Amino acid sequence: MILDPSSSSAARFSDVFTALMVFAGAIVLLVLGLVVVYCTRYRAGSGADRSGRLVHVGKLEALAIGAMAVTFGALFVWAAKLYFDNATPPADARTIYIVARQWMWKVEHPGGRREINELHIPIGEPVRLVMISQDVIHSFFIPRFRLKQDVLPTRYTTLWFVAYEPGEFHLFCSQYCGADHSQMRGTVVAMEPAEFQRWLGPSPMVPAPVPGTPGTPQGGLAAGGRSVFFALGCNACHVPGASVRAPRLDGIWDRPIALRNGQTVTGDEQYIRESILDPNAKISAGYTPPSLMPTYRGTVTPEQITQLIEFIKSLRDGWPPGLSPVQHPSQTGEKP
Amino acid sequence: MTTLPAAVRQESYLAEGRTIRSWLLSVDHKRIAILYLVAITGLFVIGGFAAMLIRVHLLTPQGALVSKEEYNRLFTLHGTTMVWFFLIPSIPTVLGNFLLPLMVGARDLAFPRLNLASWYVFVAGGCVAMAAMFAGGVDTGWTFYTPYSTRFASPAVVLLLLGIFIAGFSSIFTGLNFIVTTHTMRVPGLTWLRLPLFVWSLYATSLVLVLATPVLAIVLVLLGVERLWGVGIFDPALGGDPVLFQHLFWFYSHPAVYIMILPGMGVVSEIIPCFARRPIFGYRFVAMSSLAIAVLSFLVWGHHMFVSGQSIYASMAFSILSFLVAVPSAIKVFNWTFTLRKGTIRLRTPMLYALGFVGLFTIGGLTGLFVASLPVDVHVHDTYFIIAHFHYIMVGGAVMAYLGGMHFWWPKISGRMYPEGWGVFSAVLMFIGFNLTFFPQFILGYEGMPRRYATYPAEFQVLNVLSTAGASILGVAYVAPLVYFLWSLRSPPTAAPNPWGARGLEWQTTSPPPPENFVAPPIVADTPYDYDHPAPEDPTHG
Repeated sequence: MILDPSSSSAARFSDVFTALMVFAGAIVLLVLGLVVVYCTRYRAGSGADRSGRLVHVGKLEALAIGAMAVTFGALFVWAAKLYFDNATPPADARTIYIVARQWMWKVEHPGGRREINELHIPIGEPVRLVMISQDVIHSFFIPRFRLKQDVLPTRYTTLWFVAYEPGEFHLFCSQYCGADHSQMRGTVVAMEPAEFQRWLGPSPMVPAPVPGTPGTPQGGLAAGGRSVFFALGCNACHVPGASVRAPRLDGIWDRPIALRNGQTVTGDEQYIRESILDPNAKISAGYTPPSLMPTYRGTVTPEQITQLIEFIKSLRDGWPPGLSPVQHPSQTGEKP
Repeated sequence: MTTLPAAVRQESYLAEGRTIRSWLLSVDHKRIAILYLVAITGLFVIGGFAAMLIRVHLLTPQGALVSKEEYNRLFTLHGTTMVWFFLIPSIPTVLGNFLLPLMVGARDLAFPRLNLASWYVFVAGGCVAMAAMFAGGVDTGWTFYTPYSTRFASPAVVLLLLGIFIAGFSSIFTGLNFIVTTHTMRVPGLTWLRLPLFVWSLYATSLVLVLATPVLAIVLVLLGVERLWGVGIFDPALGGDPVLFQHLFWFYSHPAVYIMILPGMGVVSEIIPCFARRPIFGYRFVAMSSLAIAVLSFLVWGHHMFVSGQSIYASMAFSILSFLVAVPSAIKVFNWTFTLRKGTIRLRTPMLYALGFVGLFTIGGLTGLFVASLPVDVHVHDTYFIIAHFHYIMVGGAVMAYLGGMHFWWPKISGRMYPEGWGVFSAVLMFIGFNLTFFPQFILGYEGMPRRYATYPAEFQVLNVLSTAGASILGVAYVAPLVYFLWSLRSPPTAAPNPWGARGLEWQTTSPPPPENFVAPPIVADTPYDYDHPAPEDPTHG
């Protein structure tokens, strides 16, 4: 058995698994031991003493129930606390997008590098996977990391971990998804951080439309998202100074957004995706339904949505000056 | 307890009529039990054959026998047949049908014609389901997860859903019949706390059958409606939510696990006191734990969904409830074990099965704690660890108990004794074969092999070969009882009314019983486990 913790999640698994093995092993030995001893000692025809049987049955049973309740309760609290404390990824985790479909894993790094059925990650750094499916439910399973999460077609699910050792590990689909389910496998390549940076490649910057303002990484998801933003006509409403009033996109990433119904949501992947596909689901404060925005369901691919998300992320500190309907990138030669 | 009147031997229910018609139109619960026995044995052979093909296929990493598509159909056939057409009906409809009226001293179940109707409904459901799987082929797995089942699977899936839907009514009819019988048909003196534990377990099972099966029916109808008319319920492309299906499905299917195991617990609670010659230890606790399990079984469905994306708070609630359900199960194990203490133990075939049950159920139950723990389940979910876990409960538990019960009551059912030597041989063989088949699967799952894989990485091959070797032994061990039970029918029905010296009311009548069960109403003096005082008819053997 492999009990060496190869990742943060594997360490948690091993602790609880080992404790349960000790507990279960003790109970199995106790029960089987008693059965064997009793069946031998009290076999028909043996001269064993059969007098002095147990009385106080109720007290004995109550004791057993109490002991079990305490043991199970303690095991639960410990395991659940480990799970709960590690449910939220650290804020600085590296985000990687996973799109699952029958029968492959598509991986997108924010810098623009894409892979299929391979996932390269750096060790010693929290990695957060944001996953969605294009068809049925799949499940992203790295046995070596003792980690698994279903990948749904309806919304993003996430998974995070820190890999501790370099190496190549299995990636399996563990939720039955049709004919080639057992072929929906891949490899996770955990690398030293420097090597990982080399693998990611250089990320040259695209100069911003106006000189002197921050640009976006070339070929990165955010740059792709900017093209999608113009290609789909989002810029008609969602840029500063547009003729139609629309909720702002700058500064919403990872910040609270007030809704018309008084609730507050966080500007995260889930919210952005939902607002693109179902603009009426969450109406921002100050706007009245129905939303003027049409749904982009069926028009926009999962990859384009992740690009748009990365683009909106890049607007966290405000719009780069000059990005407005007047200066459409097509005028500067950039293909939508 | 009274001795059996040494009256002339009554004509048995078996001799009541010899035509096919006399069987197919009989409303005698004992004959209907035999009808069920024939039906579920046939279905068990189909499901078992699929299992053998699966194990042979998995001998090599690329798959040794069939295509991926065929493999996916095979595990769907195996799972669907075994769950709905063998395990759920097995003990209740065969042993329960035969024994419940005898154990409560009644002439029949409360609704004899409903009982016959439920058999026909079951057979109709079975035929529709088998037609779907053999004529069309269904590859969804027995869990029918959406949106795969509604958008991608072959259209035959609707026919299979219909078959299971129909069979569900049979479950509901049987459950109602058992509940009403237990309430209204007990002979005078048979108070609730004198009921055999098998009756308690059937009662708890019936409550679950009646309350959970309608939910399954609703889910299956919703699936069919989405599939046939494109109404968006579960399919996200139609605006539905696929995870909703999982909630509804497991709301039935987790209680269904207890439908399968509770009757087996009841059987073991009858066998162990009889062959240990000791009253059951903690009768009330064993009886009430059946009810506790039935109630808690409705509150743990979410532990199938820890990695489905459900809320972390829901997961924690389902985790603690799953730990809780282990308490009444563990109480039963301790009570069975303590019943052996200071007994006079005879290791006859039924006892070997019962002790096998205790051991294998203990392992199955304890591994349930592993999968109830959140950090562990996140790894082992949907791997062979789960396969091994529930086969320890379903095969090591439910099937062992079913076969133990069949051996225990075979003299009562058929009037013949089975051959003891062959019985012991196949019970031991089954224990060995079972462990060799399924223990390696715990390790496979721990190492990460996902379930429902037609092909697998080469490093998993050794354990898969071991498992297949065990399955071959298990196969032989299943064929043996089928052969010697049938063989025993060649000799005349000469079994004694009470060959085991047991105390239940069913042993107060002849073997096999007359059509009306009891010539004179049986007399109840104590619990059915009064083994401390020797009964006059105690056998000399042993």
